[in-house]
Amino acid sequence: MNPVHLDATDRAIVNALQGGFALSDEPFGEAAASLGIGEDTLRQRLGRLLEVGVLSRFGPMFNAEALGGAVTLAAMAVPDERFDEVAEIVNARREVAHNYARDHALNMWFVIATDDRADIARVIAAIEADTGLAVYDFPKQEEFFIGFRVEA
Amino acid sequence: MTARAPIDAPIDALDRAIIAATQAGLPLVARPYDAIAEIVGTTGAVVRTRLKRMLHAGIIRRIGAVPNHYALGLTHNGMTVWDVVDDQAHELGTKVGALAFVSHCYLRPRHPPLWPYNLFAMVHGKSRGEMDDKVARIADILGGAVRGHAVLGSTRILKKTGLRIAA
Repeated sequence: MNPVHLDATDRAIVNALQGGFALSDEPFGEAAASLGIGEDTLRQRLGRLLEVGVLSRFGPMFNAEALGGAVTLAAMAVPDERFDEVAEIVNARREVAHNYARDHALNMWFVIATDDRADIARVIAAIEADTGLAVYDFPKQEEFFIGFRVEA
Repeated sequence: MTARAPIDAPIDALDRAIIAATQAGLPLVARPYDAIAEIVGTTGAVVRTRLKRMLHAGIIRRIGAVPNHYALGLTHNGMTVWDVVDDQAHELGTKVGALAFVSHCYLRPRHPPLWPYNLFAMVHGKSRGEMDDKVARIADILGGAVRGHAVLGSTRILKKTGLRIAA
């Protein structure tokens, strides 16, 4: 995807609204006032930023695990000549949400998400059986609060 | 702020209805919580109270704009991984997670000898050089507590689907 042209108002919106959206009657009005723009302008701009894909969403970001789901990060050391074949087997499982090739002996990294914890072990065992390769499980032991903000 | 406490906050049918109605985003109307209330059959005030409780319980991480990294030119990402001495891992992980360019930060198990690293921090940048600077800043923070590290660039996205919540 090519970077999209944003003007100063777009940038101010993206930079200011990555959290803390008010739980009030008219939250767009509040946010617009703090940006010094009109409420209609803010809603139109957000609509356009979503349409062109600068924003993937606008709203609450839910924590799947807090809702009873289970997530883990898993990795495999896949021989080069089997890489595409193994990727196909891994990707075919609906529980695999993301899968990335990375430059390390552990060269395939994927996220497994299931409705409950016991299913994670079942998915890992199934991938090991289907590929004949070991799957290393990296469940999170501690998650740190994230200060991440993308600067537009 | 440290890691969030384990969550012990069961949600009920109304919470689930609100999650389902807001999962794709808030409606861009002047009174968005009233619009959600109409869908789930309650009042805007109740919707706001429920969202506030889920925010405090960590069920909602934050409310606002979710940028697409690639569209903003953040085309480089690296999974930076560090072997940090265990008794300082919590304190140092807290500092690394607070950096504005780190999008995920976790402690995970080591798998020696293949994998000696326990602290994972995902870093984003606009260029290779910018990535290197950011990795150096993390190294500064970790200082002498690090026994080794690696930066795993992503060479290819093999699959990417959103995590959907069964609500």
